[in-house]
Amino acid sequence: MRKGLRLAVPLLPAILALGASVGVLARASHFSATAAIVMSATTFAGSSQVAAISLLGAGGGVAAAVVAALLLNARYVPIGITVARSFRGRIWQRLAEAQLVVDESWALAGGGTARFDRRVMLGIGSGLWVAWVGGTAVGALLGGVVSDPSAFGLDGAFAALFLALLVAQLGDRRAVAAALTGAAIAAALTPLTPPGVPIIAATAAVVVGWRRA
Amino acid sequence: MSAAWVTVLAVGAGTVVLKSVGPVGVANKELHPRAAELLSMVGPAILAALVVAETFAHGRSLVVDARLAGVAAGAAAIALRAPLWVVIVAGAAATAAVRLVS
Repeated sequence: MRKGLRLAVPLLPAILALGASVGVLARASHFSATAAIVMSATTFAGSSQVAAISLLGAGGGVAAAVVAALLLNARYVPIGITVARSFRGRIWQRLAEAQLVVDESWALAGGGTARFDRRVMLGIGSGLWVAWVGGTAVGALLGGVVSDPSAFGLDGAFAALFLALLVAQLGDRRAVAAALTGAAIAAALTPLTPPGVPIIAATAAVVVGWRRA
Repeated sequence: MSAAWVTVLAVGAGTVVLKSVGPVGVANKELHPRAAELLSMVGPAILAALVVAETFAHGRSLVVDARLAGVAAGAAAIALRAPLWVVIVAGAAATAAVRLVS
């Protein structure tokens, strides 16, 4: 746990800032501050929250917002399966601990590799959750003071963060092949499908690694 | 109930279910070695797709904008074996700088 909390520290400023920008965005899309904070506490997945809030704010309707957000989060099915064997105990404990699996906590704790450490993941996830919900609260309550969150370059920071998490997982040639194929699938499908679908479809890239084995 | 609250509750409940499928449904079962091998490649595939989406996707179009500068700065930091927070700060600073001048 403690090791995980330490590993989470470098991410906290970015998570706080992104949480705050989600809070600001939610208020601009006519969410109450409470709704914005409840969403961060229960959904705890940035890209899906941004997608749902911006779709609703743009008049896309509840159904479109919910479907887009859940498509973006569908990746947690394969992600959860990669670490499923590390989870122990009663069903409620596993259910609660599973909520702390996010892209960053999963990848930094060695998700998808043999050295995945559940306790480290729980430490990272807890730290990130506090920063995420706290940041959202700050943004939701101060919403309107910050006019343009994108001026701080947070979107570029998250792209760089995902690149760093990816590089840490490129252990062998099959992993590189799977990554290149996954990127190609995502790029090819982006113009053709709703946001979220390209990321789920990219998991088909494992077939390439399989055939090279 | 407002549209915002319906969305918050539906997305929250759905996400809890999606995150629980693995840890609750599959836990404590032995995986076939080939299946474990396949799963080990899910990470690189999804993370690479996220890099593409976060860098180039704008709704349903692919665009080159300031985010690419952020990723390039992040890649330079990664190549220099900089700690993670440096990668993040470099990504944000480069993106913001390009946005400022463009």
